[in-house]
Amino acid sequence: MASDMFVVPQTRGTVLCCKCGISMAPNPANMCVTCLRSEVDITEGLRKHVTIMHCPDCDSYLQPPRTWIKAQLESKELLTFCVKRLETDLKKVRLVNAEFIWTEPHSKRIKVKLKVQKEVLNGAILEQSYVVEYVQQDNMCDSCTRYQANPDQWVASVQLRQRVSHRRTFFYLEQLILKHDAAAHAIKIKQMDQGIDFFFSNRSHAVKFVEFLGKVAPTKSRHDKQLVSHDPKSNSYNYKYTFSVEISPICREDLICLPPKVATSLGNLGPLVICTKVTNNITLLDPFTLRQCFLDTDQYWRHSFKSLLGSRQLVEYDVFNIEVVSPEYNLGGSKYVMADAEVARVSDYGKLFYIRTHLGHILKPGDRALGYDLYGANNNDIELDKYRGLVLPEAILIKKSYEEKRQKKRGKPRPWKLKSLDMELDESKGRANEQKLDTEYEEFLRDLEENPELRFNLSLYRNKDYQPSEMVSVSDGDDLPSVPLEELLADLELSEQEDGEDSMRE
Amino acid sequence: MATRLQFENSCDVGVFSKLTNAYCLAAIGGSENFYSTFESELADVIPVVKTSIAGTRIIGRLCAGNKNGLLVPHNTTDQELQHLRNSLPDQVVVRRIEEKLSALGNCIACNDHVALTHTDLDKETEEIIADVLGVEVFRQTIAGNILVGSYCAFSNRGGLVHPHTSIEDLDELSTLLQVPLVAGTINRGSEVIAAGMTVNDWTAFCGSDTTATELSVIESVFKLREAQPSAIVDEMRKSLIDTCV
Repeated sequence: MASDMFVVPQTRGTVLCCKCGISMAPNPANMCVTCLRSEVDITEGLRKHVTIMHCPDCDSYLQPPRTWIKAQLESKELLTFCVKRLETDLKKVRLVNAEFIWTEPHSKRIKVKLKVQKEVLNGAILEQSYVVEYVQQDNMCDSCTRYQANPDQWVASVQLRQRVSHRRTFFYLEQLILKHDAAAHAIKIKQMDQGIDFFFSNRSHAVKFVEFLGKVAPTKSRHDKQLVSHDPKSNSYNYKYTFSVEISPICREDLICLPPKVATSLGNLGPLVICTKVTNNITLLDPFTLRQCFLDTDQYWRHSFKSLLGSRQLVEYDVFNIEVVSPEYNLGGSKYVMADAEVARVSDYGKLFYIRTHLGHILKPGDRALGYDLYGANNNDIELDKYRGLVLPEAILIKKSYEEKRQKKRGKPRPWKLKSLDMELDESKGRANEQKLDTEYEEFLRDLEENPELRFNLSLYRNKDYQPSEMVSVSDGDDLPSVPLEELLADLELSEQEDGEDSMRE
Repeated sequence: MATRLQFENSCDVGVFSKLTNAYCLAAIGGSENFYSTFESELADVIPVVKTSIAGTRIIGRLCAGNKNGLLVPHNTTDQELQHLRNSLPDQVVVRRIEEKLSALGNCIACNDHVALTHTDLDKETEEIIADVLGVEVFRQTIAGNILVGSYCAFSNRGGLVHPHTSIEDLDELSTLLQVPLVAGTINRGSEVIAAGMTVNDWTAFCGSDTTATELSVIESVFKLREAQPSAIVDEMRKSLIDTCV
């Protein structure tokens, strides 16, 4: 377009409306809006009264044929739902705006004002608003009916078990589940001996949960179903589904004697190994060669083995002397240094042991360490017997002990805390069990403090009740490992709002 | 005076008739209503001729004329041409023109002094128009439309144009035509002015859908309220004198 061309500015004139004669700007129909409106009613043929079903229990509305949509009065979801019910009507006209008109909540009427546009006469677009009234009929939805009939009824259950004598794994799993919200759909969670049972109202929720478990722990699962009822006329069957998930008994810090087959398949890893990390892979560390290997879930379950000694059998050692033997190795993020150490059990200073340890980087003379007492242990392992000529070391140190420093801090609250799942506890065990659980939980919390990589997957919350101590403590050379403040999340207020949000997610 | 009528239930009277100050052409309809309305209004003053052009009834859109002459398209048959020559007064020159754009009624809008034409009309045709009709010819568009003959209707007193015409255009056309112009509609908001009505200096005929507002606009812009046909005034004087004696 030539910019130097002189273009005359065009002003629109006015014409008279052909019906009423008032002056107006010309439009395709050449009638003023009022006359046009009186001529044509674009809302003719559109529904002005609609009936909707509402479930008073869970405050949801039925979208035929089967979906129930949860929505509050005068909310965005309800508006979307109401507009969707009018879909067939709105195909003829174009919807420009929709909003609620206030009605008394108990009146069971919902009024929506819709603004629509349609082309009339010769190309003129007319805009008109009209009100649609929704009559709310109360009708319980299927899930509420089922719940009313039998509140405990479940359709699928996941039985999670680990055949070990401690519950460390379950504490950790509980935190993981909380972080990932994997048990959001569970209608009931029950604590059982050596495991936890989860109950779901839908098979797919249970399947999703089992898959989640498979990703975070080395599990083996199988499933079964039981017929509950059967409708021969419509050929539909109602089942109860059960999933049995077993977690491998190998835990962190366990001492394992590998069966010869597994040892050779892993490249002749020394039969004595320490398990350093358990996710859906098991990480094994040979403390004498400082080699690390990974075992897949499948690999593990193909030739499953048990651990030789578990964390309950850890014994305290006093370190008298350390001589570093090798340079620092960096294995997958963790550093190890081979050293020769002179140790003695705290309970029996009489017997000194000269052992090789992989903890040369953190142990110093005068430290305490926790390790397995192979000298004094009575091993009853089939795998161990298979190895002829294997010389067992007298002790294997696993980790440094902060017991003394913990003594000082005993009873003082931690600056952080964890949330817990809503579990039904097993009533049948007694007081002793409770105490055992408490000590185990305390050890689990200590574990979290000492291991940043464990904390990585979990959410820790700031403890509001914690006051940092006023006295300036005389700190020793090395402090107790603790959780740095930056890792802590501000605790969410467990208020009505949060509950509401949780239930909405269903 | 403006009259409302219909041609066989259609409100587009400007399509089926052509009205000038010297004659009126009407299409041949099934019933005689259309023709008789014209006759009752105009019979004493000017001849009302029933005709077809090129075998069609849409004579209003095919021919263009004023009191000096009538132009018909090339596909008019010889019989029609002869019929027109016979029926119309002698001072009206009937001429058949060879022009690619054969709907002359849509392409040419004229009164007795000025004509507006389609922008793509031949130079030759323009000369013929100037010659036969005795008018000054201007090539123009109306509200961006090139079919000037359809979107405006004007007489020697005033004119009505397409409603979307801007004020500047209105001023320009008004200066060219030397008559007052107004932008308006016909037949209940229709923008095709010349199709919905036909007008001369003292009378107008509109489609029956025309609303009262539109009718009042037409009567005011064409100055039809006080208009008396000049010919009839003279005739009346003569007859009056006759009877006196």
